[in-house]
Amino acid sequence: MMSPFLFWIFAILMLVFGAAVIINRNPVASALSLVVSFFGLAALFLSLDAYFIGVIQVLVYAGAIMVLFLFIIMLLDLRAEELRKINWIASAGGIAVALALMFQIFSVVEKFPAAKQSFPPLAKPAPDDVRQIGLLLFNNYTLPFQIIGIVILVATVGVIILSRRETR
Amino acid sequence: MADSVDQIFVHAKQWLMSPLEGHIPDCLIQIVSSLLNIAAVLGVFLTLFALMSVLERKILGRMQNRYGPNRVGPFGLFQPVADGIKMLIKEDIVPARADKVVHFMAPILIAAAAILVLGVIPYGRNMTPFVIDGGILFFFAVGSTTELAVFMAGWGSNNKFSLLGAMRAIAQMISYELPLIITVLPVVMVVGSLNPDKIVFAQESYHFGFVPHWFVLTPWGATAFILFFVSGLVESNRTPFDVPEGESEIVAGHMTEYSGFKYATFFLAEYLGMFAVSGLAVTLFLGGWHAPLPGLGFVPSYVWFFAKLSVLLFGFIWIRGTLPRIRVDHMMNFAWKFMLPMAFTCLVSAAVWHYSGRRLSGWLWSFAIIAVVYFALSLLLDARRKFTPRTYRFAE
Repeated sequence: MMSPFLFWIFAILMLVFGAAVIINRNPVASALSLVVSFFGLAALFLSLDAYFIGVIQVLVYAGAIMVLFLFIIMLLDLRAEELRKINWIASAGGIAVALALMFQIFSVVEKFPAAKQSFPPLAKPAPDDVRQIGLLLFNNYTLPFQIIGIVILVATVGVIILSRRETR
Repeated sequence: MADSVDQIFVHAKQWLMSPLEGHIPDCLIQIVSSLLNIAAVLGVFLTLFALMSVLERKILGRMQNRYGPNRVGPFGLFQPVADGIKMLIKEDIVPARADKVVHFMAPILIAAAAILVLGVIPYGRNMTPFVIDGGILFFFAVGSTTELAVFMAGWGSNNKFSLLGAMRAIAQMISYELPLIITVLPVVMVVGSLNPDKIVFAQESYHFGFVPHWFVLTPWGATAFILFFVSGLVESNRTPFDVPEGESEIVAGHMTEYSGFKYATFFLAEYLGMFAVSGLAVTLFLGGWHAPLPGLGFVPSYVWFFAKLSVLLFGFIWIRGTLPRIRVDHMMNFAWKFMLPMAFTCLVSAAVWHYSGRRLSGWLWSFAIIAVVYFALSLLLDARRKFTPRTYRFAE
């Protein structure tokens, strides 16, 4: 377990850079802010002793998917987004709707009795979480796991067929 | 006596920590302990970097029949000091149209990633700086952020050579990351753990009393080791795969717009990445810190680790002195058409070896599988049959 102090640091880091993703006008800066946000999320997973998910978060999202995002942004050269003017009325309306929704959620949760009870402490984390995830994946959830594999394979083959059409 | 020499650094750390016990809270003790580990890793590998940079130039000079650096200090050994001072006092130029923040962050991120991955490698008995259950996974997760840093360097510089270099670097890193990770899988599968310490312990004893249990001595292990070493060459952008910084084509790739100490940081990260990949190869295939013969157990474990590491590093230098740079499309074809199928074959072959009881019959079967796939691939990919008059699409 990590101290609450570190939890606050990473939570604030994540939220600040999550906001920066939307606020930044430069697409590359947005994408890089998203990376920092993902790193914060990975640190939060680590603080819950979910090492495997935390590491996979970095490997898949920060490593692979963000590089893909950046490549696409770079190839498309999205300058228009940077030059677009901010529509102040629309953003004020958006902020108002978001605040109203947040207020409603808070008021509902306040009245909800189950929200007031304290949760039991977490079970002691297993030292070999990688092994346990592997056992679950290959014993209880083998079929869904393989179906996901086939879906990804179909997507890969589809992309190759779509991108090779010109050459015929 | 041998035991105390083996554990001398562990005892030294305990001695340094002992005055603190009971005086400060536990969480601070953990932080101090981590800081000591970090200081040790940084100290050792920055020294190794300095040594390596001068030795590489010396060995390359020897291979090319010239002296190499021999002016600064005895045998030119103080050359890294002179280089460091030169790099520090050079002007730091940032292009006017560059993205300043991204341009500044890229060398920091690439060096941080290179240093972080060094933390999970077991350097000796009880000498893993950070014991993580999924240590191998952590290595690749942090290593994959290098691509991000290379992209930041290329894009932030706002220079066409930088961008081209970054695109080449990322393309080759992503392509070769697949064989790199898949060749690790057989070891992980056979050991049943992602923990580097457990992988080293699994290679502990000796066959017939003198042949070590190293994975490199099995057919699948030898194949995986060679594939891993080649992928490691690509991941650390070394010759013959240094296409991203091919001087004759694109100046210096993603490092074109970097000067002074920022350039030195890229240089440092490249060497640290090379140490990390070699260290992981030693851990996975060459028995980690175990002695090669049973009688040699009196030599401290870390000596064996660094001896094996230096053999691999010499291999890196040797290849650099021998082979010319490979063409981009050839390199990509090699990754996807040869390395990847061979890496998957290692997986199958390791499974056969494991389930036939790890005996001689399993050894022969796994060797047969690899040999068949190798010859099938070399027949399929044989380019010699296809010599035809060259047609030019645009330059008739």
